[in-house]
Amino acid sequence: MSLIDYSIAQLQTQLRSGTISAVELCDAYLARIASVDGGINAYLTVAAESARAAACAADRELAGGNARPLTGIPLALKDIFVTKGIRTTCASKILSDYLPPYDGTAVQRLYDSGAVLLGKLNMDEFAMGSSNENSAFGPVRNPWHRDYVTGGSSGGSAACVAARTAVAALGTDTGGSIRQPAAHCGVVGLKPTYGRVSRYGVIAYASSLDQVGPLTRDVRDCAILTQAIAGYDPLDSTSVNTPVPDYLARLESGVKGLRIGLPREYFGAGLDPEVKAALEEAQRVLAGLGAEFVEISLPYTEYAVACYYLIATAEASSNLARYDGIRYGLRVDDGEGLNALYCRSRAAGFGAEVKRRIMLGTYALSAGYYDAYYLKAQKARTLIRQDIIAALDQVDVLLSPVAPTPAFRLGEKMADPLQMYLSDIFTIPVNLAGTCALSLPCGFSAGGLPIGLQIIGRPFAEATLLQAAYAYEQATKWHQRQAML
Amino acid sequence: MKITADEVKKVAKLAKLTLSDPDIERMAADMDAMLAYVATLANLDTQGIVPTAHAVPMANAFRADSLRPSLERDDVMAAAPKSAGGTFRVPKVIE
Repeated sequence: MSLIDYSIAQLQTQLRSGTISAVELCDAYLARIASVDGGINAYLTVAAESARAAACAADRELAGGNARPLTGIPLALKDIFVTKGIRTTCASKILSDYLPPYDGTAVQRLYDSGAVLLGKLNMDEFAMGSSNENSAFGPVRNPWHRDYVTGGSSGGSAACVAARTAVAALGTDTGGSIRQPAAHCGVVGLKPTYGRVSRYGVIAYASSLDQVGPLTRDVRDCAILTQAIAGYDPLDSTSVNTPVPDYLARLESGVKGLRIGLPREYFGAGLDPEVKAALEEAQRVLAGLGAEFVEISLPYTEYAVACYYLIATAEASSNLARYDGIRYGLRVDDGEGLNALYCRSRAAGFGAEVKRRIMLGTYALSAGYYDAYYLKAQKARTLIRQDIIAALDQVDVLLSPVAPTPAFRLGEKMADPLQMYLSDIFTIPVNLAGTCALSLPCGFSAGGLPIGLQIIGRPFAEATLLQAAYAYEQATKWHQRQAML
Repeated sequence: MKITADEVKKVAKLAKLTLSDPDIERMAADMDAMLAYVATLANLDTQGIVPTAHAVPMANAFRADSLRPSLERDDVMAAAPKSAGGTFRVPKVIE
């Protein structure tokens, strides 16, 4: 095995025993990025200098026997996390030169745990997209097949984990943006419960839905990284002050007696036969490990995408009002006054999909349409949420596909935004309900593209998701397959 | 329903976006498609349903009203496209 093949858990042992040094590990990753990222385009910024400095400091810490949980572990961040002194673009032209004056809380927690930050990762502009083709800096290519998308919006995060250009990464998930690219790239992705991880210093898209989470090579690493970032933060007023459990404590407890609900509506027409077969096989594996299956119904599922696209775009239209060409970001001033400066800076800085969502959101919130669209969507959200929460009263977790199909070809859905939106149909309800869900590799298509399964849990039951996922992973070992680059 | 070019222009004005004529045409078509799709919500009976603004029920979060350090002014101003004397420069708005 080479240095870039180890998980966080394996590296913790090797760094502490002195078998490897943080500097050689960091250099191995920087070399890997230099050799393969050109064909993937996962990185927007490589922070080589600060990464090496952090690795040197990590080696001193390790020599002193004072290692913290992530000391010397090379990680990378979706470019939506503001990082002090490291360019933060949100994959938009409007922020292409932005140097933030502070670090967000999740980033600070990684630093406080001793992590080495390799750089910032490509994404759909402002996290708006399901294929990572909406980046101002070009699409990310799927490490398993470069003619295919990675999924989005955390496409760079998923791709760098699959390409082994970072040990693990952080992403954000508003409608599936961690889980869907994790599934398409064959890695583990967790969307924690709304309020579990602070969003302070995360560039806002749709504030009632956005949540931060890890993308990792295996379930244990997912537990380790979730542990590092979860917890109350007074700087995020939506952060929930609930104790963070030890996510590793129950990891190996198995699924015997675990009651798993299968939402009928998630296995209907439109589900790719290979995805369906992989899910059925996963069900057999879990049943063999002692889990019990119950068919349940989520009758409001068909309204979730419409509900999401009204709520998310309305919130986006408000959140993105801050890009005005005055305080930061691109400014286009042709001397025609303040209003023209706003309008032209925004027109020049935002990409097509961002404009489309701002427009739809502005329309849904505008006089005469508010009740029919935005308020209606919020009421639909109540029903969708109650649906899922009630189902989770009957069972411990729900099992479903992550996406209806494996990754699609680059360009395939770009001309039809609605088709693109529908690829998030199984992930969006979780964001609307505010609960947690995990995406995990469960097989490959005949074409060699990864397929993912989703485990949905009760609010703040991340430990149960990790426990179930770990049992499945140990029984199947899909995570040991590597993309050849 | 059909979104007219005038409606797109009105929304663009509210959203502070300059759109070219081809942009307006494309946007009208895209918004039409999206609005036709979200119209399915009209089939949903929401009589008496309380809207959800937030998935996790929570009241206002208050903090102690005490002084704490803010970001360094110079660090903040460094990101401004145009500044002068520690302030943001904007085009003249008052004659």
